[in-house]
Amino acid sequence: MAQMTMIQAITDAMRVELERDENVLVFGEDVGHVGGVFRATEGLQKQFGEERVFDTPLAESGIGGLAIGLGITGYRPVAEIQFIGFIFEVMDSICAQASRMRYRSGGRYNAPIVFRTPFGAGVHAPELHSDSLEGLLMQTPGLKVVVPSNPYDAKGLLLSAIRDNDPVFFLEHLKLYRSFRGEVPEGDYTVPLGKANVVREGKDVTIVTYGAMVHTSLAAADELAKEGIEAEVIDLRTLVPMDMETVLESIKKTNRAIVVQEAQRSAGAGAEIVARIMEQGILHLEAPVLRITSPDTVLGFGEIEKEWLPDASRVIKGVKEVINF
Amino acid sequence: MAKTMNQSNYEVRTEPVEALSILSPEGKLLQPDLLPQLSDEQLRELMRRMVFTRVWDQRAISLSRQGRLGFYAPVSGQEATMVASEFALRQDDFICPGYRDMPQLVWHGLPMYQAFLYSRGHQQGGRIPEDVNVLMPQIIIGAQIVQAAGVAMGLKKRGTDRVAITYTGDGGSSQGDFYEGMNFAGAFKLPVIFVVQNNGYAISTPFSKQTASESIAHKAVAAGIHGVQVDGMDAMAVYKAVQDAAERGRKGEGATLIEAITYRFGPHSMSGDDPSKYRTKEEQGEWEERDPLVRMRKFLESKNLWSEEDEAKVTEEAKNTVAEQIKKAESVEKMTIPGLIDSMFEQTPPYLEQQKEDFTK
Ligand SMILES: Cc1ncc(C[n+]2csc(CCOP(=O)(O)OP(=O)(O)O)c2C)c(N)n1
Repeated sequence: MAQMTMIQAITDAMRVELERDENVLVFGEDVGHVGGVFRATEGLQKQFGEERVFDTPLAESGIGGLAIGLGITGYRPVAEIQFIGFIFEVMDSICAQASRMRYRSGGRYNAPIVFRTPFGAGVHAPELHSDSLEGLLMQTPGLKVVVPSNPYDAKGLLLSAIRDNDPVFFLEHLKLYRSFRGEVPEGDYTVPLGKANVVREGKDVTIVTYGAMVHTSLAAADELAKEGIEAEVIDLRTLVPMDMETVLESIKKTNRAIVVQEAQRSAGAGAEIVARIMEQGILHLEAPVLRITSPDTVLGFGEIEKEWLPDASRVIKGVKEVINF
Repeated sequence: MAKTMNQSNYEVRTEPVEALSILSPEGKLLQPDLLPQLSDEQLRELMRRMVFTRVWDQRAISLSRQGRLGFYAPVSGQEATMVASEFALRQDDFICPGYRDMPQLVWHGLPMYQAFLYSRGHQQGGRIPEDVNVLMPQIIIGAQIVQAAGVAMGLKKRGTDRVAITYTGDGGSSQGDFYEGMNFAGAFKLPVIFVVQNNGYAISTPFSKQTASESIAHKAVAAGIHGVQVDGMDAMAVYKAVQDAAERGRKGEGATLIEAITYRFGPHSMSGDDPSKYRTKEEQGEWEERDPLVRMRKFLESKNLWSEEDEAKVTEEAKNTVAEQIKKAESVEKMTIPGLIDSMFEQTPPYLEQQKEDFTK
């Protein structure tokens, strides 16, 4: 097995699938010749040619429409939107068109598209580059939402996403791109969409999270262990579909939960997770389920980013609150 | 009765366009008739601003490397387009910039330390002084273009003779917003000037991959507005084009698209772009020979309006100003999360008051 960063694993997944299926096409702004602003597609144009890996003009709405049209004609587009804040330009294609292609065509067409987009704060990117918009995407019926937290999952999930016949939004956290390496198998393997991962076992409290907050939560769990509190940490891996079975299994054991997300508090993934726990697991709970999130403001990018983002100490505080309830 | 038509009648065609140059790269006056009527003092001031902007850019690049700035997009090479276009406007005209267009804002009145604050992600960077008619740089490419149409409509409805100007790059001209903005401007005959700074690249994507259109200026045709192409390395040509466009706007004759052919000498931004991956040394060299500062300097020297001492004096002044303004930016009180929360609504609702508590305890 090779040691890879998350971005290398992502490139590797695209290479595997470009090789395996001639219908896969990779495109977006600057993805061809230079391999994308983060080099996620580096080397792919050289290997597979401009017919399969190409730069588009600077127009996200165009990229989205192109992906839909290519999907209808039998291709499997992997479209890069350069940074998360630019998805608003292509929201119609993502949320109103691709996601309802199956429904609108009575099942005649689908939209086997992967929209790949870097997101996530903590790296001092400019305004509108780092936001966490998964909540908006989750509200779109017909769209799958994937947020890997490590290189192994990133490759396996991306391969599943490209092979999926429904549109998938694939969110790549900027801070995780190069922050560490992990074991990644060569060649083909998949991590199924809709299957969470218990990344740390514990009996006292369940921390439900995803993306970069998996690492923040693990750091918090390490600290808590020193005080004798054993936290179980669940990495959801995909928000749509969401693996409630794993979450509820854990809560049956721990009877307490908090949800940790980087996004602003209101009406997002965390709110949804809490609601499902209430609906499906209330009898197992001995304390309210808390959310640890950033505040409901625009992302405090730049000089205030560190304070704005949830950190291990905020997670620890939340855990203690539910333990001492 | 139907006329018989031949090919030339039913096919829309446009002539090739040629960029307006007034000064040659050697600073020679190519078109004396078109030289803007500027006083010696105005000419010197324009030159001063271009030199100042070049030095400021160099300083900003190094501040950015030191981590004292946040996002920064270099401007060297584009000074003639940026500085001369603003210089051709009135103080009460309105600027809707893209992310690279900080020089226009500062020359239009935004204090430089606020530009630095903005770059550092400090919200006070955007607290635009009452008498400065600008928006802050737009991150979303194209958003400023449709907004400029709106500003222009507002200025027109108010019965003023003020104009709005907006800037984007060759890449930006691919966005839907670009076409929507121009189309509105045409349909409502709005006093707006669309400047496309065609520097040949959108990050790494060359113009040839951006559009199959013969030029960006041609795109005005479809919107029914005026379109021109200028040599963007020639401050006099840019000044003339913007002055004409503004006059047209003020007289109620509608909008103008100006394509300025220019070049950025540096990387796309200071966040990891490496131009050697997509541009050749030869190409860069060719464009450096057309440096807008050299051209204007030679022109003014031939009229005894600029000297080495002038150049040295402005360079010194620019360095000092940048040093003083970055210090000022750095001494502004740090943002706080409660302050940020309070800036979301005019009146902070109770649920947000509650969220503030998390950060004050
Ligand atoms: C809507 C949107 N899409 C993509 C980007 C990312 N991006 C920033 S600058 C840039 C290239 C812009 O090129 P151009 O318009 O030619 O301007 P230049 O930087 O060359 O002046 C891209 C793709 C963005 N900021 N906004």
